[in-house]
Amino acid sequence: MKKENLLLNAVKAGLLGGAITIFICLVGMTEIFSKRDVIEKAITLGQFVLLTTIVAMGFSAARRTAALSDQNQPILSLTAGLVAGLVTGLVLALFVFIGYQVNLRAIFLNASPPLYNLLTFGKGQSNIWLLPVIGAAGGILGAAFLLIPMMFRRPLTLGLLVTFFLALFSGLFRVVMINQKGGVAKAAKYLFGQTGLTVEGTLIFFFAVVIIAFFWNYRGKEVRARIASLPKGGQLSLRVIAFILILYIAIGLPQVSGPFIAQVIVTVALFILMGLGLNITLGFAGLLDLGFVAFYAIGAYTVGLLTSYGPFGLQHVSFWVAVPIAVLVAMLSGAVLGLPVLGVRGDYLAIATLGFGEIVRLLAGSDFLAKYFGGPQGIIGIQKPCIGTLEAFVRVDVPRACNGIELGTVKDIYYVAVLSALLLAFVAWRLRESRLGRAWMAIREDEDVAEALGINLIQTKLLAYMLGAAFAGLGGAIFATLIGSIFASSMQLLVSINVVALIVVGGMGSIPGVIVGAIALIGLPELLREVSEFRYLIYGLVLVIMMLSRPEGLWPSQATKRELHHADAENVSAEGMV
Amino acid sequence: MANILTANKVTKRFGGLVAVNGVDFNIPEKSIVSIIGPNGAGKTTFFNCITGFGRPDEGEILFEGNPIQRLRPDQITKLGISRTYQNIRLFADMTALENILVGQHVFLHSSWLSAVMGTPNVHREETEALAEAQRLLNFVGLRGKGDMLARNLPYGAQRRLEIARALATKPKLLLLDEPSAGMNPRESEDLTGFIRRLRDELGITILLIEHHMRVVMGISEAVTVLDYGEKIAEGTPAEIQRNPRVIEAYLGRGAATEGMATAHERHTGNTKKSN
Repeated sequence: MKKENLLLNAVKAGLLGGAITIFICLVGMTEIFSKRDVIEKAITLGQFVLLTTIVAMGFSAARRTAALSDQNQPILSLTAGLVAGLVTGLVLALFVFIGYQVNLRAIFLNASPPLYNLLTFGKGQSNIWLLPVIGAAGGILGAAFLLIPMMFRRPLTLGLLVTFFLALFSGLFRVVMINQKGGVAKAAKYLFGQTGLTVEGTLIFFFAVVIIAFFWNYRGKEVRARIASLPKGGQLSLRVIAFILILYIAIGLPQVSGPFIAQVIVTVALFILMGLGLNITLGFAGLLDLGFVAFYAIGAYTVGLLTSYGPFGLQHVSFWVAVPIAVLVAMLSGAVLGLPVLGVRGDYLAIATLGFGEIVRLLAGSDFLAKYFGGPQGIIGIQKPCIGTLEAFVRVDVPRACNGIELGTVKDIYYVAVLSALLLAFVAWRLRESRLGRAWMAIREDEDVAEALGINLIQTKLLAYMLGAAFAGLGGAIFATLIGSIFASSMQLLVSINVVALIVVGGMGSIPGVIVGAIALIGLPELLREVSEFRYLIYGLVLVIMMLSRPEGLWPSQATKRELHHADAENVSAEGMV
Repeated sequence: MANILTANKVTKRFGGLVAVNGVDFNIPEKSIVSIIGPNGAGKTTFFNCITGFGRPDEGEILFEGNPIQRLRPDQITKLGISRTYQNIRLFADMTALENILVGQHVFLHSSWLSAVMGTPNVHREETEALAEAQRLLNFVGLRGKGDMLARNLPYGAQRRLEIARALATKPKLLLLDEPSAGMNPRESEDLTGFIRRLRDELGITILLIEHHMRVVMGISEAVTVLDYGEKIAEGTPAEIQRNPRVIEAYLGRGAATEGMATAHERHTGNTKKSN
């Protein structure tokens, strides 16, 4: 391979890096992220994002060089990294230089003096030379990463990722730990800063993760084999221990974390309910539904109408009676949606269901039906669940007349929501393993063949719509109770899209995938209030990266996993035919 | 012998094209019957008419004396007709066992509610279904491959799995659409024996579409020839081999003097329509 070609490659990577960093600056990320530390008093999130870009460019330039030049030449790779980083730094420096000469703010709102100040570490123009230097150093660092043998690179990557994750959510851990008082609180102050980790905390977490990951790489197989070889009783008790541990955390969490985190978890749990529902329709049976929020709305409105003390309440039955009715109504509406679109396939189905979702939202919020559903004012005064006398389980006539325990706070709803999510995950799992689950999957794979094997398409598809809708209806019912009021405006198309996205990110058809997807796409952005402005920018980016690098999802269902990663290995054996 | 399937004047059109034109056709019970014909002769379309994939525009199809041409595919399957496909259509992302279990769908009765509850009945039914699926898997010679994804099975095994899945519906009549496609001579010989076993051991009537003449002539008791959607000949393999119209359909006018065996080999070697 010719030298100039390699150089060109590195320069290209550098220019791309420059473009990305400038983009990050211009959308305002750098400035806003600078208010938050990754490592306290050492590095801000803004600096971290830019630096990561540079390092990544150095890494990719080095990898490309290694692929282009036949023999393994560390010097070449390092040089490529250096050039890429240097070019990125130069581009950024040029940007800052221009910024000082010309006022770009008319076009780019964020191209402001504070940004340049940040980029030059507060020293103004005289400090511009620092950028290429940092770029070059970062580039070399990225390239060096490529040269580390795989055995060490994996643990290091994991260490960096986990530490960054901890830093990002440090506020959260800090609050939880400080609430514990005593030694734990002290440890929290040692490890976590106001925002971000302390230097000591960073080092401790990083090395702990690296060491554990290294040994797991080394010995993980052995440990797993030993667990697998345990007698049945031993395995069972391990599982029981794990279960009790999870249960303990689930029960204790809202007590130590405070209402904010409980609220976030409730939101996640509601999306898990909806995700599990759509996972039946889309993940199992392969029927894309872009109007899924409609069932959520129907569940919420049913509970609202049945329990509200407000002007639109038809009845004052208790939460416990209203929820099953809401689930049933949602289920019926699933059939109402399902019947007309039975014969519709693929893209057309997506559009048809999209229409259904919008119709429900518009009807609920319309003036036309305002005397039933409250129109834009919505339904208010929805009862909280009450555990008390037998009578209270059925009807509550007087407002706020719960004689027993009223499940009024977010913490209480947390338990209702998490319990429901667990219950439905179990139901979904049982359904998946059943004859019906197999029929759904067969329909997903090949509708015609499924029918030719004796599967009644009408019945099976309708059940998929109905059961999926029932899950979402339960989610909506809990949501209405949690908020105490419902507005048609909260039933946006975006909710449906979020649910589809979380299923895809988690892993189509996978039940743990739904949970992981909901935590990743709903929970994390809720917790990261600082980045909320860039929520959908990051969200979109994550989706694109996910689909490119891990199309089967974060936690794919067993079968899908085998298929995507071992397909090549199997093709080899396919050549030797039976 | 009584006929298990009778087709009377079956016609299927696609727009202006008459894919199957007034075909009369009988399959005696427990026989092995083949349909042959050049590509595009309407063989697969005729299969689709029988299995309910495409309703015939005219004519009627009787299965054990009852008309089935208006039924849905799942209803026809329940009556006892099952099929495989020319281009293998397994559920690629499901395991081999799951594929067969789907085939047993008709015989499982537990409702979704009892499945969620996990009643003992469901448990028993599932255990039995799994044992049956395992048995079928062994029967087609795929022992130990049950947990592999269908897409990862080698080609020949996929063909066998497709047959096992069809058998899971406990058919009385099994339609095989070019089962030996893509097989070498030894494999197709194995297949011939296997098809014969299906009939002899399980008592299943077999209807084949086939291009490999060695397979057709080796196992068929009767052969029907379609060309341009019409039945042009019918008879024992020996009769068909001598029939001038058949030779003409395959090779064009003037080639009737050539032996059929070589003619068909040429045909299968050259997949383009040769007339």
